[in-house]
Amino acid sequence: MSHLLSPSILRLVLPVLYAVVIVAVLPLLAGYIVLVERKVMADMQARLGPMRVGPHGLLQPIADAVKLLLKEDIIPDKADRLLFWLAPLVSVTMALLAYAALPIGPAFQIADLNIGLLFILAVSSLGIYGIVLGGWASNSHYSLLGALRSAAQLVSYETAAGLGLISALLLAGSLSMKDIVMAQYDQGIWFISYVPIGFFIYMVGSIAETNRAPFDLPEAESELVAGYMTEYSGFRWSLYFLAEYANMIIVAGIATTLFLGGWLRPFASSHTAMPGTSIELLDALPSLLVLAVALYCFYLAPKQPVKIQRLVMAMAGGLCLIIAGALAGALFAPAAVLQGIHGAFWFLAKVFAYIYFFLWFRFTFPRYRFDQLMRLGWRFLIPLALVNLIATATALLATREWGGSLFFYTLLADAVTLAVAMFLAKNDEVDSVVPVTDGE
Amino acid sequence: MGLNSILFYFFAALAVVSAILMVTRRNVVHGAVYLITTLLATAGVFLLLQAEFLFITQVILYVGGIMVLFVFVIMLVNLDVSLLQYQFNRQRFVAGVLALALAAQLFIVIKMGKTSLFPQARVPEVLPKNTEAVADALFGRFMLPFEIASILLLVAMIGAVVMAKRRV
Repeated sequence: MSHLLSPSILRLVLPVLYAVVIVAVLPLLAGYIVLVERKVMADMQARLGPMRVGPHGLLQPIADAVKLLLKEDIIPDKADRLLFWLAPLVSVTMALLAYAALPIGPAFQIADLNIGLLFILAVSSLGIYGIVLGGWASNSHYSLLGALRSAAQLVSYETAAGLGLISALLLAGSLSMKDIVMAQYDQGIWFISYVPIGFFIYMVGSIAETNRAPFDLPEAESELVAGYMTEYSGFRWSLYFLAEYANMIIVAGIATTLFLGGWLRPFASSHTAMPGTSIELLDALPSLLVLAVALYCFYLAPKQPVKIQRLVMAMAGGLCLIIAGALAGALFAPAAVLQGIHGAFWFLAKVFAYIYFFLWFRFTFPRYRFDQLMRLGWRFLIPLALVNLIATATALLATREWGGSLFFYTLLADAVTLAVAMFLAKNDEVDSVVPVTDGE
Repeated sequence: MGLNSILFYFFAALAVVSAILMVTRRNVVHGAVYLITTLLATAGVFLLLQAEFLFITQVILYVGGIMVLFVFVIMLVNLDVSLLQYQFNRQRFVAGVLALALAAQLFIVIKMGKTSLFPQARVPEVLPKNTEAVADALFGRFMLPFEIASILLLVAMIGAVVMAKRRV
């Protein structure tokens, strides 16, 4: 048995194991993000959301998945069969491939590439072929329009989002995802404090790239039925669906790694230990947080109207209690294990917070019109991202040349960028009043 | 034959086969898909040579950017009509002669440089990180040509915008 666990074998076996875990867990996670989405939407619209399947709709994702798998698989008569078959596969493969370089905690990463960030960006931008080819192969006008919109939108917003990322890359000085996080550890600050505008630009760009509301024009149901996936049903449709949610987690992961300190806990550089032990004070935070959720579940359990709901609520509380116990137990494990488990906890917490913002935006803003979308991308976000990039670079240079605190210089840079943003927004308003009188 | 050679021949064969398929398909979208496969296979060869920055640039720029625009434009064209139209590719004799001439040139060049047509691959174990190396070359030694090329592109871009916008 011992020779099976030698380092060289582990180096090969662990990544494969991680890959299997990610591919296995992701569909389930996507299903439950959908449930969360529906629940949050229901809450914001003052209704209950899914309640029927399982207590509080907890089994709804599984029912949905079974329904999707049992649905009839329809291929339109005049569709291009090869591409119709290939397109969802391309989408889902590229979405899954991007996870190869995403560090979920210091220990849980399939491969630490020295071009990690570029790899994730490149691979996830290839997912567009699934959408475009699928829309074309369906031989339907709605699908084709959805595909065209998607391609135009992705090409436009990828530039802005990329420029937003570069402002953080300047500070990190590396393309490896692990080194980017470690740079934030060494500098003792999350990069969002240095480049908040870069983060904002990336956030808007990433919403547009994942085709989420308010930029969900490729699948705008009031105009295009379902956009590029109009003709898809059953399993193929669910592949698109999985790709979309996998991409959401990917962009959230990129934002977390670059701007929100990756797997680092808040105040990662302060090492105040608990009196009398070597356990750091802040490391107790995860287990306390989960413990609070568990207690809240137990508090709610007796108030549920039906017996089965009381039972499930208590079970959810018990599950949280077990997780809290595990997180607390990790405190007494070797440092590597502690870092691995708590790193994964913080990373996932930040990713889900980011995704929660996605949902929040979706239910807050009305959908853009296509010309508004293009104007926002090309005439506001890209110039703003360029100015932000130059300002950040200047701030870095100023720190290097004259000394002083980088934070101060980046504050100045942000002020300049904001002034430019106001100027751009003002100009845009004037422009948008002018009616388009071209005889098209 | 090591793993590197096997992978090289796989990618090379993939590139050649999909390039042939690309020019022989009558359906333009299928042709575009095969062109994407060719570009990806070439990227694979770059990666085998440990030029990971070149690999990722090829994927991001050519496959993720330029080809998306290609496909975008192709889809705007009515394919049923274009299939019926007369195509300017009936010049097999000239094309054959040109291809033969190119093959002969390549053969001579390879023969002059190396003793064998199948030179042994010599990939060093670990290359230095080449993202920095590319940046040093572009923004250090070849600063002037790089800037001239970017100004050329800028001029072309502005020209395209002016031409596309009928009324300036």
